[in-house]
Amino acid sequence: MVQVMFYVMSFVTLGSAFIVAAGKNLVRSIFMFFITLFGLAGLYVLALADFVAVTQVVIYVGGILVLILFAFMLSGKQALAALDQQKSKFISLKNFPAFILAGLFLVVMLNIILKANAPGLQWIQDAKSGHNIIPVNESMVNNIGINLMTRYLLPFEVISVLLMLALVGAAHLARKEEKV
Amino acid sequence: MITLTHFMVVSAGLFCIGLFIIVSKKNAIQVLLGIELMLNAAILNMVAFSRYDRVNNGGQMFALFAIVLAAATTAVALAIILNVYRRYKTINPDEINQLKDQ
Repeated sequence: MVQVMFYVMSFVTLGSAFIVAAGKNLVRSIFMFFITLFGLAGLYVLALADFVAVTQVVIYVGGILVLILFAFMLSGKQALAALDQQKSKFISLKNFPAFILAGLFLVVMLNIILKANAPGLQWIQDAKSGHNIIPVNESMVNNIGINLMTRYLLPFEVISVLLMLALVGAAHLARKEEKV
Repeated sequence: MITLTHFMVVSAGLFCIGLFIIVSKKNAIQVLLGIELMLNAAILNMVAFSRYDRVNNGGQMFALFAIVLAAATTAVALAIILNVYRRYKTINPDEINQLKDQ
C-alpha cells in the first residue's frame, strides 16, 4: 500500500515537473509547479517528515507561488507577448544541448546513486540497530520543537535575521524609483 | 519497502529536470522555477535521510531552514526581475548583457 502510494506520488511529481519543462505557456507551467510541490509534500509524508510536509505546503504553495504569480502579473503585457513568440518544442534543435546536458547528468547521478548503495551505509546500519529510526506511528513535531529551541537555536535565530534582511531588501529593490 | 535509493532516484530526476529548465528556458521566471525544482530535489534527499536520525532530526531541521532560505531567495530574485523588466523591458536572460543603461 505504502509502496503504491510512493509510486503514485513520485509519478505525479516527476510527470508534472516534465510538464513544467515542456510547457509553452508560462501560467500553465506555474500551475503545474503547484502540483509538483504538492506531490513533493506527499513524498515528505511518506518519508515520515510530516512537519516538513506541512511547512512545504504553507511556505511554497502559499507563499512562493503566490509571489511568483504576482511578479508574473506585474511584469505586464510585453512579457506575455514575448512568451508567445517563443515556440519551444520539448526536444527541438534549439534546446538539444540542454537536453543532452540534463540527460548525461541524470545518467551520472543514477550511476553514483546505484553504486553508493545508501541503505547499506555504516551509519544507517548503526541507526537501524540502535533504534535511532523514526517509527511509523510516532509524530516528530514534539521532538522538532524541542530541538529547534535547544540544539539548533543559533541557526534558527540567524535565519530569522536573514529572512528579515531579505524581505527588507526585496521591498527596497522593488520600490518605484523617484525621478532625480 | 521504500528504500533510500528510491527517494534518491526521484530526487535525481527532479534535479535534472530543473537543470534542463534552467539551461533551456528564455524567461527569467521560468529559470527561477527551475532553481526551485533543484532546491526541492536537494530537500527531498535531506528529508529521506533524516528518517535515520531520530534524536537530533538534523535532516528535517535543515530541510526547514532550506525552505525558509528558498522563500527569501525567491522574494529577492523576483524583486530583481521586476527591476530588470522596468529597465530593459524584457526578462530574457540572453538579452540582458549590460550593467547599466547608457
